[in-house]
Amino acid sequence: MTFCIHVPSDTTAKALGADRLAKLMAVTASERKVDLEIKRNGTRALYWIEPLVEVETAQGRYGFGPVKEADVDSLFDAEFWRGDVVHPLALGLVEEIPYLKQQQRLTFARARVIDPLSVEDYQANEGYRGLKKALGMTSQALVDEIKESGLRGRGGAAFPTGIKWQTVLNAPAEQKYIVCNADEGDSGTFADRLVMECDPFMLIEGMTIAGLAVGATQGYIYLRSEYPLAFKTLNDAIATAYENNLLGSGILGSDKHFDLEVRLGAGAYICGEETSLLESLEGKRGLVRAKPPLPAIVGLFGQPTVVNNVLSLAAVPFILDKGAKAYADCGMGRSRGTLPFQLAGNVKQGGLVELAFGPTLRELMFDFGGGTRNGRPLKAVQVGGPLGAYLPESQWDTQLDYEAFAKEGAVLGHGGVVMFDDTVDMSEQARFSMEFCVAESCGKCTPCRIGSTRGVEVIDRIRSGENVDSNMTLLSDLCETMVDGSLCAMGGMTPFPVQSAMKHFKDDFIKRTASTTHTEEI
Amino acid sequence: MTTQRFVTWDPSIAQAIIEEYRSKPGALLPLLHAIQERFSYIPEEAVGLIATALKQTRAEIHGVISFYHHFRTKQPGRHVVEVCRAEACQALGSRRLEAYAKSMLGVDYHQTTADNNITLEPVYCLGNCSCGPSIRVGDEIYANVDTQRFDEVVDGLKTDRLEVQ
Repeated sequence: MTFCIHVPSDTTAKALGADRLAKLMAVTASERKVDLEIKRNGTRALYWIEPLVEVETAQGRYGFGPVKEADVDSLFDAEFWRGDVVHPLALGLVEEIPYLKQQQRLTFARARVIDPLSVEDYQANEGYRGLKKALGMTSQALVDEIKESGLRGRGGAAFPTGIKWQTVLNAPAEQKYIVCNADEGDSGTFADRLVMECDPFMLIEGMTIAGLAVGATQGYIYLRSEYPLAFKTLNDAIATAYENNLLGSGILGSDKHFDLEVRLGAGAYICGEETSLLESLEGKRGLVRAKPPLPAIVGLFGQPTVVNNVLSLAAVPFILDKGAKAYADCGMGRSRGTLPFQLAGNVKQGGLVELAFGPTLRELMFDFGGGTRNGRPLKAVQVGGPLGAYLPESQWDTQLDYEAFAKEGAVLGHGGVVMFDDTVDMSEQARFSMEFCVAESCGKCTPCRIGSTRGVEVIDRIRSGENVDSNMTLLSDLCETMVDGSLCAMGGMTPFPVQSAMKHFKDDFIKRTASTTHTEEI
Repeated sequence: MTTQRFVTWDPSIAQAIIEEYRSKPGALLPLLHAIQERFSYIPEEAVGLIATALKQTRAEIHGVISFYHHFRTKQPGRHVVEVCRAEACQALGSRRLEAYAKSMLGVDYHQTTADNNITLEPVYCLGNCSCGPSIRVGDEIYANVDTQRFDEVVDGLKTDRLEVQ
């Protein structure tokens, strides 16, 4: 009898040794004459128990993790392929693990369940039902469906996706484009990568539906070059979609046409800003464009263009398949649906947590995350990437909702949550924010290009105890200038982490001035 | 000098790559990637060929190359080791790792070791943020990289080199 086991295959699982583990398991199985079929199926992104080996049984999938190569012999001794066996790494039924069970996985329902590159698996698990429905609908009906779902841009700006689509639909043009922003550069985020590595057909389907909705026949996925595995997976999936008449002309026997290509970025964080991204796609330096005109009206190669984040487009097949209401029923206030949060940094149980909007940041960090990895007290949390504010404990009861975060002067952004223990020096983090802006500013506008350099200098002076009070005032003024005067979010939001650090962790800026010996004690 | 993956500069190879990409809309980035993938960097000679093919000036091509961190105009060492500098890795001690990597290899960022084996580069996020600190070598990403793990990875790169020879 053949037993079927699953070894994860995403970037993090591989970085934790999943490839070597799969190889060793195959060799061991053959030595011990156990008939094992080893599948490599993405990940559920419960990273503290990765590599998580799953065993198919009639009762469901049993999990073992985190499995190291040294554990393989004892797993075979325990006949782990039977699933419900006694072993120190046995986790029981995977879908009963509370971390997973308490999530609302709409976008990530298929992650690890299916073979990422099997279009048959995808279709057998509700894939392409949205597109089939969409083929029978008018463009306006499609746009209306997205509007009703309440979906807002998941890249960070949270602009209503349906309104963006409507603008492109209304713009008369021979050629329109769908551009997927897969330049997921925010530290602490990996949800886009997971979509592309674990369920690429969902993104392809979402983009195809977007093309039908606005009348675009060409799509580009602008992918960051730091994601080599996602690049390969997407290209393989796109080739398969063409072979199966799911891309190209006459999609699924209709008269509809949609072409799709992946383009690689080249290590520029700013290219995650949509107008910079478009410049880059056109083969230029990624200089930010002034808006208006909006990309929806004058976008790629001057044509009307939908620029959406991976997660926004990945939500589209679900919305079409299950209906706008099913999606809008999740969430709170004006934040409808789910957001895949990503727990990162100094966290005990890091990974992907897809939740309907509404729980508090504290619940996310402690009920799911389990606090810090090293057990030290949590001091600060940066939510929403390098341009997001640092939140002190007094703000951890904020609900995970776009508006609730905005009220605190913070952002949810792309859902990245980076946790820091009490050894972090917040003046050093503030300095890094400015330093990052120096490295990544496109250079077009002065507040961002020069302001960030001056920011590093001023923070250095504060950190060395030089005229601290007046330099703190100068830094505040500089931050205000950058916020008000920058062309895009890079310069406009770089001050958010700096200002929040100054406001909530002022001691970290001034304590260094007491004496050098004091600094050494810290 | 070549490694298994890259070839030495050859204008006819470059021209063939240029012909393959030049008619694509927004051809320059895919073209630069393809050149760097083949030669490990973008040689000065390639810039002129690309400029001619795309009817742009050398300055424009140079401007694009210099805008993006990923593109390099000098040949790197046999291996490029990228250390993640971003916040999620900082929270797990990447600042210590950076300092260690520099002192252990005896180079700063963007420099190559004396034996031409390793070029050290910074990178801002590899998407491995729950299991940092992270580094990348070629297309391989490594998780939970403390100083000991860094030594192991670097030792592996030396062994690799001996095998190739």
